[in-house]
Amino acid sequence: MHRFANPARFLRLAAAIQPWTAGATLILLGLGLYFGLVDSPADYQQGESVRIMYVHVPSAWLAMAAYSTMAAASGVGIIWKHPLADLVAKAASPVGAAFTFVCLVTGSLWGKPMWGTWWAWDARLTSMLILFFLYLGHMALLNAFDDPTRGAKAAGILALAGFVNIPIIKFSVDWWNTLHQPASVSRVGMPAIDPAMLLPLMLMGLAFTTFFVTILLMRVRSEILAVKVRAIRLTQIHSVPGSATGELVGESLR
Amino acid sequence: MTRKQRRLYFVLLGMLALGAATALVLTAINDTLVYFYTPADIQTKHVAPGRRFRLGGLVEKGSVIKKGETVEFKVTDLTASLPVTYTGVLPDLFREGQGVVAEGRLDPQGLFHASEVLAKHDEKYMPKEVADALKKSGHWQEGQVTK
Repeated sequence: MHRFANPARFLRLAAAIQPWTAGATLILLGLGLYFGLVDSPADYQQGESVRIMYVHVPSAWLAMAAYSTMAAASGVGIIWKHPLADLVAKAASPVGAAFTFVCLVTGSLWGKPMWGTWWAWDARLTSMLILFFLYLGHMALLNAFDDPTRGAKAAGILALAGFVNIPIIKFSVDWWNTLHQPASVSRVGMPAIDPAMLLPLMLMGLAFTTFFVTILLMRVRSEILAVKVRAIRLTQIHSVPGSATGELVGESLR
Repeated sequence: MTRKQRRLYFVLLGMLALGAATALVLTAINDTLVYFYTPADIQTKHVAPGRRFRLGGLVEKGSVIKKGETVEFKVTDLTASLPVTYTGVLPDLFREGQGVVAEGRLDPQGLFHASEVLAKHDEKYMPKEVADALKKSGHWQEGQVTK
């Protein structure tokens, strides 16, 4: 693990992996959208609205996967103080927040015609909204301190504490009765979903996963570069006396 | 013990304590976390007339009576059932055998006056042809709303 945690090695590795995950995203997304929007049947009850599921469900999966990534990275950052882990957590949260937002919006769009309401305060919907707020809180805490390491620590503690919400989201539909339907794919026995609809759902799920990996690698790379730029700026301020005042003003203004 | 180990145990212990606390709180407020009560819950819990709550279950077969704007039907969880009256627009998915969640109050006679009716969708996704074939072959099972 520590072998790959070296930033220079990580940069090389990420640069090598990224084109492949990006390519896979394009192919899987193309296939998923084709099967989801064109070559899959309408549902016996929901009609064409069922196609919202092909975006809604993968966003929900990835919203939780991104949070788990963020929490795991925060744990590594807090316990082993590895700077790369903090950068992974920082890179993951806006992406996860975006997935959560897409999940909430598409769910709402589906809920109006199917349930008859845009929103219901049931356990599944509420816990998903809490997840969105946890992401927002994480991003806010990261930027609430002048010292980035202190921000990373505070945000990391939030990410770890908020992790209790993940099993609650997953099992909310089993523990309590909700307006939201129970799990269709991951349940005891066969998935309660027709193979013709499961195929685009799985393709979209894979596409969202490779998309997340691509964006995460991209963001971690740029975070590493940002740290380097910051370090170079700081050495410049200290080494060149003439430019120090101007640079310092610029630095404090930001 | 090194500082790293101490931090590791601290984080693990903290997560464990937080998880346990959350589990206890959720168990304690279990009753308020459910989105609706089933007719069987109402029988055992004796909700006072006039108190607002949500009632969930399946629309009983053959119980739907439309009188102009007003609809009367029974909500069942296959053990108990409760008569409901509602005036207003029903969701598209509303029909006999469908899961519904109605919000409203009981009157002293035990009739539930709903002010809002939502359709509850089950976890089954299939094309119309498959559903028709299942119904024809007699393998069709209505979704159970009770958890």
